[in-house]
Amino acid sequence: MPGLPADFHAGARDVAPTLLAVFPFGIVAGAAAVDVGFSLLQALGMSVIVIAGASQLAAIAVLGAGAPAVVVVFTALVINLRHLMYSASLAPEYRDEPVRVRAPVAYLLVDQVFVMAALKFDADAAVDRRWYYFGLGVPIWLTWVAGTAVGAVAGAAVPAWLPIEFAVPMVFLALLAPAVDDRPRAVAAVVGGTVAVAGAGLPLNLGLPAGALGGVLAGVVADSWWSP
Amino acid sequence: MTPADAVVWAIIVAMGIGTFALRFSFIGLSGYVEDVPPWLERALRFVPAAVIAAIVFPALVLVDGSVTVAGNDRLLAGAVAAAVAWRTEDILATIVAGMGALLVIQTVL
Repeated sequence: MPGLPADFHAGARDVAPTLLAVFPFGIVAGAAAVDVGFSLLQALGMSVIVIAGASQLAAIAVLGAGAPAVVVVFTALVINLRHLMYSASLAPEYRDEPVRVRAPVAYLLVDQVFVMAALKFDADAAVDRRWYYFGLGVPIWLTWVAGTAVGAVAGAAVPAWLPIEFAVPMVFLALLAPAVDDRPRAVAAVVGGTVAVAGAGLPLNLGLPAGALGGVLAGVVADSWWSP
Repeated sequence: MTPADAVVWAIIVAMGIGTFALRFSFIGLSGYVEDVPPWLERALRFVPAAVIAAIVFPALVLVDGSVTVAGNDRLLAGAVAAAVAWRTEDILATIVAGMGALLVIQTVL
């Protein structure tokens, strides 16, 4: 896309490899939606309006099991509580921006975008907070919607032996190394991951937010331990 | 049972509004209310590491909901991918290594 600022291209370059995981994740979401009776338009509408894969899959599963609409929405929103933390974490970067920038930033705040933006902003004070972010978010959005469409139309054609959904944890595994650049952060990661595993049996996917919260607390404690 | 069209749309819109509200919350208020206090800002530094690990660990360690080490194909493939991730810090290489390892392990073992 010529004419866009250099930092948009920098973001798009950085995010490109993760699209390899976003696309199959979209396929899974689209196929699952059609499987419980969504139309193509509804499957696409969900990916465009919600753009939060884990909560979409959970909502679809709960809906498919016959739960009432209120429970479906509640389940999805509990799973998305982690976005509050993402929002708080990025808020200082956008404090001087108008709402017309903040709103699309919030709309595109998915896991990969948050993690990659937070790591970049932490390491590079000069990078353009608007354009780099949109360079991450726009390709992810396009890929997510395209993947959903393919899944909704042809999801049944994906061979069962192909572990396409395994690409998602691989992306985060690659991002873990740059995220644990000091000891307190390593503590946050180990505790966060361990709590999430221990809490995997909790209802509503609460293991993930519990792990995130536990990891952050452990990081704070470790931080004051090593640098009082 | 297929849910009614209107119900599905209502769910989608409600999820969308709620999710956007969660994402917009602090970003939307930043600068209009008091700034994030220093202790909170210090805590938020740990969000990426904690969240990433909370996504990755269960995906590799759990099989059908319980912690499994022996005979866990995904954990083994994840270990291969982790080695590549630490050496290269490259997302594409990590995906290829992890998926490739998983396919090989599932085929051979």
